Amino acid sequence: MSHSGNWEVVIGLEVHVQLATESKIFSGTSTRTGDEPNRHASLIDLGLPGTLPVVNKEAIRNAIRFGLAVNADIARRSVFERKNYFYPDLPKGYQTTQLAEPIVGAGEVVVRLEDGTEKTVRIHHAHLEEDAGKSLHEAFSDYMGHGQTGIDLNRAGTPLIEIVSEPDMSGAEDAVAFARKLHSIVTSLGICDGDMSQGNMRFDVNISVRRPGEPLGTRTETKNLNSFRFMEKAIALEVARQIDVLEDGGEIVQETRLYNGETNTARSMRTKEDANDYRYFPCPDLLPVMVSEAEIQALRDELPELPDARKARYMERYQLSDYDADLLSGSIATARYFEAAAEHGGDAKLAANWVMGELAAKLNSEDKDIADSPVSAEQLGQLILRLKDGTISSKIAKQVFEACWNGEGDPDAIIEAKGLKQMSDSGELEKIVDQVIADSPAQVEDYRNADDAKRKKKIGFFVGQVMKATQGKANPQQVNQLLQEKL
Amino acid sequence: MAIDSKVVARAAHLARLRVDDSETAELSARLNDILGMVDQLQQADVDQVEPLAHPLEVSQPLRDDRVTEPDVRDKVLPLAPASEDGCFLVPRVIE
Amino acid sequence: MHEKTLTELKAGLQARDFSSRELTEHFLDRIKRRDGELNSFITVTEEQALRQADAADQAIAAGDHRLLTGLPIAHKDIFCTEDVRTSCGSRMLDNFIAPYTATAVEKMAHEGAVMLGKTNMDEFAMGSSNETSFYGPVKNPWDTERVPGGSSGGAAASLAARLAPGATGTDTGGSIRQPAALNGVTGLKPTYGRVSRWGMIAFASSLDQAGPLGLSAADCALMLQAMAGHDDKDSTCLNEPVDDYLGALDQSVDGLKIGVPEEFFPENLDGAIADNAREAMRELEKQGAKLVKLSLPSIKLSVPAYYVIAPAEASSNLSRFDGVRFGYRCENPTDLEDLYKRSRSEGFGAEVKRRILVGTYALSAGYYDAYYKRAQKVRRLIRDDFSRAFKDVDVIMGPTSPETAFKLGAKADDPVNMYMADVFTIAVNLAGLPALSMPSGFVNGLPAGTQVIGNYFQEGRILNVAHRYQMATDWHQQAPGGFA
Repeated sequence: MSHSGNWEVVIGLEVHVQLATESKIFSGTSTRTGDEPNRHASLIDLGLPGTLPVVNKEAIRNAIRFGLAVNADIARRSVFERKNYFYPDLPKGYQTTQLAEPIVGAGEVVVRLEDGTEKTVRIHHAHLEEDAGKSLHEAFSDYMGHGQTGIDLNRAGTPLIEIVSEPDMSGAEDAVAFARKLHSIVTSLGICDGDMSQGNMRFDVNISVRRPGEPLGTRTETKNLNSFRFMEKAIALEVARQIDVLEDGGEIVQETRLYNGETNTARSMRTKEDANDYRYFPCPDLLPVMVSEAEIQALRDELPELPDARKARYMERYQLSDYDADLLSGSIATARYFEAAAEHGGDAKLAANWVMGELAAKLNSEDKDIADSPVSAEQLGQLILRLKDGTISSKIAKQVFEACWNGEGDPDAIIEAKGLKQMSDSGELEKIVDQVIADSPAQVEDYRNADDAKRKKKIGFFVGQVMKATQGKANPQQVNQLLQEKL
Repeated sequence: MAIDSKVVARAAHLARLRVDDSETAELSARLNDILGMVDQLQQADVDQVEPLAHPLEVSQPLRDDRVTEPDVRDKVLPLAPASEDGCFLVPRVIE
Repeated sequence: MHEKTLTELKAGLQARDFSSRELTEHFLDRIKRRDGELNSFITVTEEQALRQADAADQAIAAGDHRLLTGLPIAHKDIFCTEDVRTSCGSRMLDNFIAPYTATAVEKMAHEGAVMLGKTNMDEFAMGSSNETSFYGPVKNPWDTERVPGGSSGGAAASLAARLAPGATGTDTGGSIRQPAALNGVTGLKPTYGRVSRWGMIAFASSLDQAGPLGLSAADCALMLQAMAGHDDKDSTCLNEPVDDYLGALDQSVDGLKIGVPEEFFPENLDGAIADNAREAMRELEKQGAKLVKLSLPSIKLSVPAYYVIAPAEASSNLSRFDGVRFGYRCENPTDLEDLYKRSRSEGFGAEVKRRILVGTYALSAGYYDAYYKRAQKVRRLIRDDFSRAFKDVDVIMGPTSPETAFKLGAKADDPVNMYMADVFTIAVNLAGLPALSMPSGFVNGLPAGTQVIGNYFQEGRILNVAHRYQMATDWHQQAPGGFA
């Protein structure tokens, strides 16, 4: 649908990051996932009467690490508050979170856009809070004619950092770039596993539109997006919807919406009532968390390499372009893979090309993460070695890669098994070249009659024939050379 | 600070308490009495004073990140009014 | 045996004058025969008590004498006790068998205590008369038409009636001290953070403290010695070393400076109550203490501040009672809202609902600053008043309660009047100070108590003052005629 005139889009993100601590934020219960319901829900997590919270040191440290990574102010004193509301997956009837005094203050993140420009997205603050449990809606018996929902509190109490951005983004590209950057930061820090399909990171997108120069429009919130692709689509959908409504003379209702990635549709969440009054107040079972300068400095000193630093290192050490370095340093999984492959293969440029090219294409087509790549970094490295030492040509390399992907073994084994070694024996090759020339008199004539410019193209026919006759194993440069001599 | 039935109804809803019409009047009166007493607070000169949340001004002790709590499902699930397949049951919730 | 104090019984057990089994059976029997008149127990744990008594006897035989070995104690039904019903005086938890035990109770059990049962209390500790319990009101053994005070009414009444020689209670606004005063027994609220709140069902988290009730200060010292101490399961429980309370009992009070706030003797205070407290202080003067007049001006706002802070915290603490994971659930809920609203409305009594509503209101948007935040500021003023006073005095004293036990039902329709029963005790909770009530005689035939307030972690000092007083008087040895 086309829209008339200029519309400005204003986007802010709220990102929930599940911290990869051993135990929960307010109890010593395991944060492990995948087990039967309520096997990791202690007396405290269940909100049994008389139970009390105790704060996980590592959650605090992880929050500080994040703050340092985004150049934010770290609060020397922060306070946990209670956000009161009723929902079955919230056992205490309140969520312990932070409001007035969060542990991380204002910070910023720089993202690189498609066109190579950089944009700064400001972070308003980041705070610690506990996750709720899960509601399971299927397969429970009916009761008195009503369906039932099952509550699993394994997740209740898992530590979260909620990162709230300023509304600095102006479209899906900005938003996704920012989201990816945050993902890269938290995984590089090691504070989050970053497995989006497991809900390790969840994004809420606040979107509003306005005509340029006008005040901010009413915004809507689309909750719980857990993939970058969905985020992009959900934003596009909502922006279009809002513009449609406004251009039709309607008004945007402030609401929360749920996006369905499978159908690419979104709907308003059934609101239980009008705006909830959460009655925040400092949790009286907890005391203010005090952090010292020394503790902050110690954490700063031991920060691992962050994405920006890694990118700079790639550009310097491996001579990669801004674009390439940005792409490869973007996710810690990709970075690790790339560096291992570059190490093994002894050629960073080749490793970069393969990771961003063939590997990325294959991963995308099968919807896999690099962590699940059937071709390991070591294997790719081996492939690169064979390319470099001339054992195989780049065309054959693609074949080998495919075979390796399909589980046929290491590149060396595949090359051996399939006899894919590049033919560089000149004698053998010369014979084939002669044969090809002898078999195609018409094309030879055509070639000899053509001028230099056309020859460049026409020689391709012969190269092709030779490659066919050698099953691609001939060294293309050699073939070219020989043909030029003989034709 | 007058409490009328609307205010009572709103507070009751936030607290998930059911207040019948018959109770509202009496409840409003009682609450008004209590708040009337509480309104004495407005006399206090507290402009320059910080709130005191805990009598002893100490900081939060922090615990090591270790798993110390065992699986207690077999002990606590039997306490539930309704449960099935290891989950607590509530009437179907539609989001 | 029931005429003896806990301290005397301990000596008796050690001297093998009787066994723990005999002792426990004696009290269990008394409870069976007499508690029907008082309703001070919600659950009697006969089997468990006898098992614990037998175990204690074995320990004693083996020479293992701990602080409370073999001594029967009654625990307020606000403490979670594993595998035993823990009702908090409410229909909401009538069917709740706790899956764990509160630290305070655990520590006493570790010191060899025998649990007689769980005592009756105002529902969720909200009350000053023990009339709001789902299990019916508790009667004052001195006059069974009168209230025992609350919320630890069952604990105080059972002690006074000699149905238990020692008891635990909790105090949020006076709930140990006021019933102690109305029953002629001794009750102590420790410094906030002295005793762990783990397993103690929360009413107002920043005010609640567990403490002992006994027939004497020495008994309270014995019990406190067992209850006190750091617990890393409670973030608000301080890591302060536990003093030797028993060792401090006999200190001389010569030179002790007793602060007497004018606010504890207001114009409208019953003359007989005022005289009773003054008499108690005169007794200490005889022993060399000096009275110092002082003023705690912010104290007059303590009741309003409390009645914002406590209900606000309670309204949040009680949200977990929703009929989902434990406790009362209504019949045939039609949907989630119905489940919540009916379970909570049917599970909670009127006073609890009232306070939840006040608390919800005080925290709600637009009112937070005017009520909750303002009350916390007033709290600081009160705390500062005490801090200033303690620069000049060692303890502060006055009457515990403005009145003696009132008739059952007398204040049923007047919550604000009921709240005024705590006027002398509440400020102590807001400031987090330790305080006790000791029996100081009778007014119109009913027990009256005098309060002794100490500075932070001065439990030893205030127990010492009460003990010295009790060495020179015998009010604490009086028992109600019908139960002597």
